[in-house]
Amino acid sequence: MIELRGVAKRFGTNQVLRGIDLSLPKGQSMVIIGGSGTGKSVLLKCILGLVRPDAGTILVDGQDVERTNRDALLARFGMLFQGGALFDSMRVWENVAFRLRRGAKALPKARAREVAVEKLRRVGLKPEVADLFPAELSGGMQKRVGLARAIAAEPEIIFFDEPTTGLDPIMSGVINELIREIVVEMGATAMTITHDMTSVRAIADRVAMLHDGLIRWTGPVSGMDAADDPYLQQFIHGRAKGPIESVR
Amino acid sequence: MIANLLAAIGRPVIAVLAACGRVTLFALEVLSHLLRPPFYLREFGHAVMQIGWNSLPVVAMTALFTGGALALQIYAGGSRFNAESVVPSIVAIGMARELGPVLGGLMVAARVASSIAAEIGTMKVTEQVDALVTLSTNPLKYLVVPRLLAATLVVPVLVAVGDSIGIMGGWLVGISRLQFNSAVYLKNTVDFLEFWDIGSGLVKGAAFGFIVALMGCHFGLNSGRGAQGVGTATKSAVVGASVLILATNYLLTGVFFSS
Ligand SMILES: Nc1ncnc2c1ncn2[C@@H]1O[C@H](COP(=O)(O)OP(=O)(O)OP(=O)(O)O)[C@@H](O)[C@H]1O
Ligand SMILES: [Mg+2]
Repeated sequence: MIELRGVAKRFGTNQVLRGIDLSLPKGQSMVIIGGSGTGKSVLLKCILGLVRPDAGTILVDGQDVERTNRDALLARFGMLFQGGALFDSMRVWENVAFRLRRGAKALPKARAREVAVEKLRRVGLKPEVADLFPAELSGGMQKRVGLARAIAAEPEIIFFDEPTTGLDPIMSGVINELIREIVVEMGATAMTITHDMTSVRAIADRVAMLHDGLIRWTGPVSGMDAADDPYLQQFIHGRAKGPIESVR
Repeated sequence: MIANLLAAIGRPVIAVLAACGRVTLFALEVLSHLLRPPFYLREFGHAVMQIGWNSLPVVAMTALFTGGALALQIYAGGSRFNAESVVPSIVAIGMARELGPVLGGLMVAARVASSIAAEIGTMKVTEQVDALVTLSTNPLKYLVVPRLLAATLVVPVLVAVGDSIGIMGGWLVGISRLQFNSAVYLKNTVDFLEFWDIGSGLVKGAAFGFIVALMGCHFGLNSGRGAQGVGTATKSAVVGASVLILATNYLLTGVFFSS
């Protein structure tokens, strides 16, 4: 269960988040949509503590993240970064197995590698890829390695920042299914940022739309089309004309 | 007018002081992680190779030519007082006390502070540092501590190697161009060199190694966004490390030798 109350964040004069209220029940999948540069990535980073909000509280399972043990908290999270953020000094499998090889429950090398290869297979990458370096992969392949790394330790809460951007339609479908599977079968709580409306419908239980630093609309995915919010309608139908200015 | 002038002088002074404060706080925070597990031995080994082994050629070349030039200069200067025979001992003392550690330190600053700052800075701007955090790994422990420890331990070794090669450079010049007898040159070197001449240089080397890694890591982790941010971080790391090395050298020399 993740709950945000009045979360605000400003960079210099750029007020990115103005007071976000949002809650996501355990075991559900929420998709966050919104224009480019509206602060979706910043929002996820605030929850993870990578960016410190100026105001507001963030609760995970009822506990204020500012006051809980950060290591214990982060151990429950997995995150796919928008840019992949793969460690370029390590091989692909070492990236994926990074978390598995550390900490109290560290796996031996051979076993960690097996798990990594299995995770790579789940994101549609062949075992041969395991021994390459991230710089030797295409952008979409890097994205999928990042995804494999995020899910490798089977975290309870997973954040995906644009998991299907840069993937072909078939691979997007595979990834959408994978995210759905992780939520349904493993019971994980997921928060996904995406611009791809097909993904939204495939992944989401709930949808939240971020606009101008606030949650403009939130509700179950089934209510999205019937909602009469003009901002939301403009966004999901990709219309150039509407209340959202196209030059931002 | 005067106020403007004062402001123009004051602003950079305040900026420098603020930077010193930030570096000090950073150093204290890193030191607090030094002895607490987990320890990353692989990273440490990697850093030893990167900082120590890979710097050997540069440090050796620097020392060789410096030792040679030193012998020529001291010979020229000494001949004014008919004191050419001091060449071996002055070369040895000069290398061990000052030039070995300082030039070695500066070369390491150029080579290592820059590469650490660029590497960590790139990791920072490509969110790899954030990714480390989400993978339950403290960047200070994983990235900074191994480099800091490696540099502090390995630069004294580099200085020792540099001292020897510098003295050898002086000897080569001495016997080939200055008509010294090889055995006499070596005997003079050994007889007049005291343990603390070398020991003080090694302590300086450790301090310089610490400074180099500290500045590289500090500026890398605080790198601005994009390629320009990494460029600025790299430049600041090298400049900061070099200035700090020279200032620290003056302080340590004062502490060690002004009795
Ligand atoms: N570290 C930072 N320093 C300064 N400004 C930042 C920083 N991170 C983000 N911003 C600013 O915050 C705003 C929101 O950025 P964010 O990356 O969250 O957008 P986004 O909604 O994820 O967009 P996109 O869909 O394009 O990924 C942008 O204007 C960006 O310039
Ligand atoms: Mg984003």
